[in-house]
Amino acid sequence: MTTAALTLRRPAGRPGVLGLGISTLWLSLIVLLPLAAVVVRSTEGGWDAFWNVVTSRQSVAALRFTVEVSLLCTLVNAASGTLIAWVLVRDRFRGKAFVNALIDLPFALPTIVAGLTLLALYGPTSPVGINVAFTQAAVLMALLFVTLPFVIRSVQPVLIELDKEMEEAALSLGASNRTVFARVILPNLVPAILSGAALAFARAVGEFGSIVLLSGNIPFKTQVASVFIFKQVESDNPIGAASIAVVLLGISLLVLFAIRALGRWGARHDR
Amino acid sequence: MIVDRRWRVTLRSFALGYLALLLLIPVGMVFYRTFEHGAMAVFDSVTTPAAISAFWLTITVTLIAVPLNTIFGVLCALALARGRFRGKALLDATIDLPFAVSPVVIGLALVLVYGRGGWLDGLPFQVIFAVPGIVLATIFVSVPFVVREVTPVLREIGDDQEQAASTLGANRWQTFWRITLPAIRWGVAYGIILSVARCIGEFGAVSVVSGRISGETETLTLLVEERFQNFDVAGAYAASALLAIIALGTLLAMTRINPRRDDE
Repeated sequence: MTTAALTLRRPAGRPGVLGLGISTLWLSLIVLLPLAAVVVRSTEGGWDAFWNVVTSRQSVAALRFTVEVSLLCTLVNAASGTLIAWVLVRDRFRGKAFVNALIDLPFALPTIVAGLTLLALYGPTSPVGINVAFTQAAVLMALLFVTLPFVIRSVQPVLIELDKEMEEAALSLGASNRTVFARVILPNLVPAILSGAALAFARAVGEFGSIVLLSGNIPFKTQVASVFIFKQVESDNPIGAASIAVVLLGISLLVLFAIRALGRWGARHDR
Repeated sequence: MIVDRRWRVTLRSFALGYLALLLLIPVGMVFYRTFEHGAMAVFDSVTTPAAISAFWLTITVTLIAVPLNTIFGVLCALALARGRFRGKALLDATIDLPFAVSPVVIGLALVLVYGRGGWLDGLPFQVIFAVPGIVLATIFVSVPFVVREVTPVLREIGDDQEQAASTLGANRWQTFWRITLPAIRWGVAYGIILSVARCIGEFGAVSVVSGRISGETETLTLLVEERFQNFDVAGAYAASALLAIIALGTLLAMTRINPRRDDE
């Protein structure tokens, strides 16, 4: 009797072994096999060769600049993204729906077009006389462009759901605006800001298309890791490229784990 | 928090100013630069044989990658939302990998597997510097979108109706087509739109594996770069404008379709 009931209650539409098998196979072939090749083949020339490539002055400079500019971009995003999200949720003005839709543009626009776009306004032929092409500022700007939506889109829903009564209670108890923001609003937003910022960082570290035209790829100055890797592949040194890629991959994975940990922390924080 | 008018206007101006300087004016500028020599020049520039071939290659690659990833995405979302198995967390984490890995590293990874001296070198057909490589790179970068849009929808709707259907004698296939798929259709549609945008716009991974043979392995985004590097700036703008129009169309579709909208 019980077994019969249990069999009947088995959820239908369940993918079963076949669906799971196909999913795993697809992911393994498309994603895991190539990434494994990067990791395994990076040491093809021996550990010494790997270590020499990774610790060469140019690699270190490129990796360091990549991480630094990505961190800076993430910080700017955390602040400006929170502010923009606040304006989009709490403020009222004409054309808000349009602005809200515009936020997703960097996700929809091809990265190479994003780079060209910034070059059109802030490059050598700039109509406003600002030329930042081939500087570190240009790299930062490109990263800010492509990572714009992350923090906004992560903070916005939390801000919409945020209970206004909490703020009203704090105000009626005599708290100042600043106290309400620092003690009531901000703590509620922190998990969302952090997860948005982590996504932005992960994206910034690996960004290529929007930077390739803007940075000029000047070693020790504007050379980022992704462009460096690209040049190594172009000059037929895929194993050297793989060595640097492994380091970049390591940074990406670290951030991915951090995002997951933050997600769990945020979920626990909710209850 | 009660913000007085002055502060509100200040914050609003800052937010809108930031968006204008970073997004709106630069994108507007590309359109202005594109059309400053007239629409005919643009038309000529996007109808050269190289441009037409790049356009069709981009469309072809997208039409291969998106359906495959959609089927995978729905299957995988079902497994994640409904299944209970060991290694589920691992599967879940693996799906996000393409978001976290640099496009250049993705391209390099394919070279290391299918390129000269690679693990699968010696396949009967050429992968690197040919269309199969571009297809593989595009599939890689667009793997997560459908899964990520459909999984939360599946979790939200629960499986009550599916159970009811199976109790009433529907088989798995019928339950999927009549109950599950209609319930997740907006999520699937949203995932497809995001995938299409990503496939059409992919540059980094594709640029590593393509070899840029004009008229053969050059996609639209590669055409933009090639023209720019060859000092055909007007041509690069024209191709960019074409891509930007596709992006704007995507954006419009995104605002129309909200995956979690309570519909009818």
